[in-house]
Parts: sequence; structure tokens; C-alpha cells
Amino acid sequence: MTRPLASIVGAAETTRLGVLPDMSELDLHADAALNALADCGLTPADIDGIATAGENPAMLAQYLGITPTWVDATNIGGCSFMTHVAHAAAAIQARLCRTVLITHGESGRSRVGNVPWTVPAHSLMGQFELGYTPTMAATLFTIPALRYMKTFGVTEEDLARVTVVQRQWAGFHPRAFRRDPVTIDQVLTSRMIAWPFRILMCCLVTDGGGALIVTSPERAADFPTRPVDVIGTGESVEHLMITEMKEYTASRAFKVAGDAAFASAGIARADVDHLMIYDAFAHVPLYGLEALGFVKPGEAAGFIADGHTAPGGRLPMNTNGGGINYMHSGMYGMYALQEAVRQMRGTAPAGAQVQDAKISVVQGVGGMFGTAGTVVLARR
Amino acid sequence: MLRGTLPEPTPSTAWFWEAAARGELHVQACDACDGRHFPPRPFCPSCGSRDVTALRCSGRATLHSYVINHMVPKDGDGPYAVAVVRLEEGPMMMTNIVDCPQTPEALMLDMALEVVFDRVSDTITLPKFRPAGAAASGEAA
Repeated sequence: MTRPLASIVGAAETTRLGVLPDMSELDLHADAALNALADCGLTPADIDGIATAGENPAMLAQYLGITPTWVDATNIGGCSFMTHVAHAAAAIQARLCRTVLITHGESGRSRVGNVPWTVPAHSLMGQFELGYTPTMAATLFTIPALRYMKTFGVTEEDLARVTVVQRQWAGFHPRAFRRDPVTIDQVLTSRMIAWPFRILMCCLVTDGGGALIVTSPERAADFPTRPVDVIGTGESVEHLMITEMKEYTASRAFKVAGDAAFASAGIARADVDHLMIYDAFAHVPLYGLEALGFVKPGEAAGFIADGHTAPGGRLPMNTNGGGINYMHSGMYGMYALQEAVRQMRGTAPAGAQVQDAKISVVQGVGGMFGTAGTVVLARR
Repeated sequence: MLRGTLPEPTPSTAWFWEAAARGELHVQACDACDGRHFPPRPFCPSCGSRDVTALRCSGRATLHSYVINHMVPKDGDGPYAVAVVRLEEGPMMMTNIVDCPQTPEALMLDMALEVVFDRVSDTITLPKFRPAGAAASGEAA
């Protein structure tokens, strides 16, 4: 393992998650930020680096009273926060700043003060996709799935099982939106969204936020919290329009970002104790397990069916229940990072905490399989 | 009839839409590396050459992947497929499949398709696809 690139010393989600019509998107950012600052005993005056996606970081700096010397507004979708961690580590090493605040807040369900994602009619996506009336993520992110299923013999039951297994994890989390056990039959008889995807195979639409405080590995020991070291990062982009995904059976962005993260961390797949793979829809963890090299192409559904990612399995995955069960405000990446931090701190809820977990890999995706960010975290 | 957001052509794509209005489907061919690409752009994303020309397509394609969208817009008919087809010339494009039941049984991956043109405004004609050899229904969508 290589020397840590940076350390996460503060981490928190918003005070409440779920349905929050009484909070604006900006206030969700602020609530998460204040909780993360309190977590590590800082105030806004201690922050000199700021990164966020969706919301303008200048607005956030103004709102929170932060005077940064480094700003990152990278927005490549729901994995933006993975790239913020990577960029923050680089900025701290380059002495552009010392203490970075990364925030996410999204009123995805209640749409209060929401910054909507719009696709102009003169953009390439507007010209060559919208005329065919896709209704965004649920009909674009999902398009490759049938080709993947035909190629590898993956069934609707296999897709449903992703939800069923992750629901087992969600059951341990008091803050998870969907916690009750669910069966494959219940998933397969839930409301049809975009065949072959039923509503219980799709991520939630909820309100919430989260924030991280990142500093140098050397300074991390000075904080009251147990530091979580960032030991590897990777990021990549493949496309924006799903028609330009090179192979519908594999994600190039996942592979490039994942390979870079494993290489920078200097670890092997067998070293990984805990895994988070952004699950906007039930097929995404299948692509992720294969692209990251934990299984060979076509083997992910069998790997999950054999119980390896479930409680008690050898590669616990999406231990908060994932975006399908825990929380998904539109950009889920922050919540995957929060769960990985809890796991590395040893503060996950009883039942969900992976015993003796030392290394966690967090895989993010953005757009419709188009972008990726990977972060490797280590227990100190 | 299903109506999505109407495209607004730009100077680098207007030729494609003008050709579609004439009932012609084009992709872009690179004279330097023989790459073929869609959507069009004034250069080749494979080799960077600006030596690109329009290539008129045969209109033949195969069904590569799709979903059947059940979140039907207020003015739309029943569930409909949002599909991606692979053109005989190589590139993939998004489309709707017409003159065909919108069911998993009827929409078989790799089935042979042929282009039809759906005139949706004075300037925009959307290329759509139907099963190859299907009898024309008189309405493209």
C-alpha cells in the first residue's frame, strides 16, 4: 500500500434524509456542511478549499461564510464527489489549500430551491435523443441492460436479486428509506417503469445531502475523529449520449477509473474488504463488479446469487442498502462515500458494520454510464 | 402520436436534418481513417481529421437494445420502446420502433429493421425504424 494521498477527518449527512419539503437545496448543503464541520470541531473560518457539484461553489462559499483559496466546481453527475476527493487530495499536496469542504445537497423529491438538470434542444443530446421521448435516467441509463442480459444470460430475477440482497443491508440502517425485507417475487410484480426495470429495481427519489472535510494525512491526527485515509483515486469519462457507449456489455469509464484507483493505491482486488458501487439501477452493480475486476465478464449475477456481497459474504457491497434502498437525491455519490467512511471508522450500524474492514473501494458513476470516479479508503 | 422535444439544428448538423427532410439518412465518414460516426461533427473523433464527408445509409439496421417506457407522456399512446439500433454502416443511433407491437415478444434483439421517416415539423423529420419488410401502416409512428 502506498502513502495516503489525503485524509477524511469530517463526514456527515444532513440531519434528516428522505422527504424534506421544508428545506431548500442550498439549506441541505449548509446543514450537511455544518454537521461535517461539527464532526471534526471546525468552523467555516477554518475552511480554505471548497468543492461541490450542482450548486455553484461561489454561492455556497457566500452562504456559509467561507473564503477559499481553492475552488472545484467539477460536475460530471453523481460521481462528482469522488472526483472532488481526488482533486482535493491533489490540491492539498500542491499546497493550494489545507482544509477542503466537499458538499452535496439535493431536493430531488421535493424540488425546493432545486437546480434542475436541463438538456437544450440544440445540444447533440437534444437533437439526436430527446425527439424519441426518453424520460431521462430511467429510460437512458437502462438501455444497455437488455444487450447485457442477452449476452450473458442474465435474467429479470437476477436484476431483482440485486435489490433483494441490498435490502438486507438496508434493514440494519435506521435512516434507510426502504428497510423492510423484500422478495424477488415482490420486486418482479412491482410497478413497471421501463421494461425490464420495475420500480423496485430503480433508485429512490429523495431529499438530503452530505459533506466531507479533507486535509493532509499529517494534520489528520490532530482532529478528534478517527481519520480515514484516501489511498487511491481514479476518474474517467466515456460519453454523455448512451448511443456512444462503446460496448453495451461493459463500462469503459468504470474500468479506466477503477484501474487507475487500484494502481495508485498499490493494492490488489483481494485486499478489498468493503465495496460501494453506485446503484442508480439494479444492473449497475453487475457492470461495476466486472469492470473493477472482482469477477469476470458475465459472472457478477452469479457472484451475487452465491451470497458473496450479502451480509456474511466475502465482499460486502452497498452496505447502506444503496441508492435503491437507502437514499438517492439524484446525485448519489456522496452517500456511498459516507457509508464507506462509516465502515472505515467502525461507526456503521450494528449488523451493517463489516468486522475488521481495512480497505473500502467506492465506485461512482455519472450521467448514463458516461463518467466514473473511484476512491480507495483505508482504516487508520 | 408520440412527440418528444423537437431538435434545433446547429450550423454543423443542419445538413443532416435537411437530408432527413428529403427522406435520406446519413452518417459521417472519415476520408482519412475510414471511420464512421454519428452524431455528425465537422471532424473525425477517431483520428482528428477534418476530412469528413456525408455517407448516405442503406436504411438497414438491427435492434441493439431498448427499454419499453411505461412512463407515458400525457399526450402519448401506451408504453413505447426507446430503442438503439446499429446501422448497417456501423454507428448506433437512438430511435423508436414503429409498425410493431411494443412488447418484449415482438421486439427481439438483433431483429432486422429498416428506416422510415416521420415528418414532425416543417424542418424536422425524425428517422425511425420498423421491422424489415413490414407493410407500411400509412403512419410512421
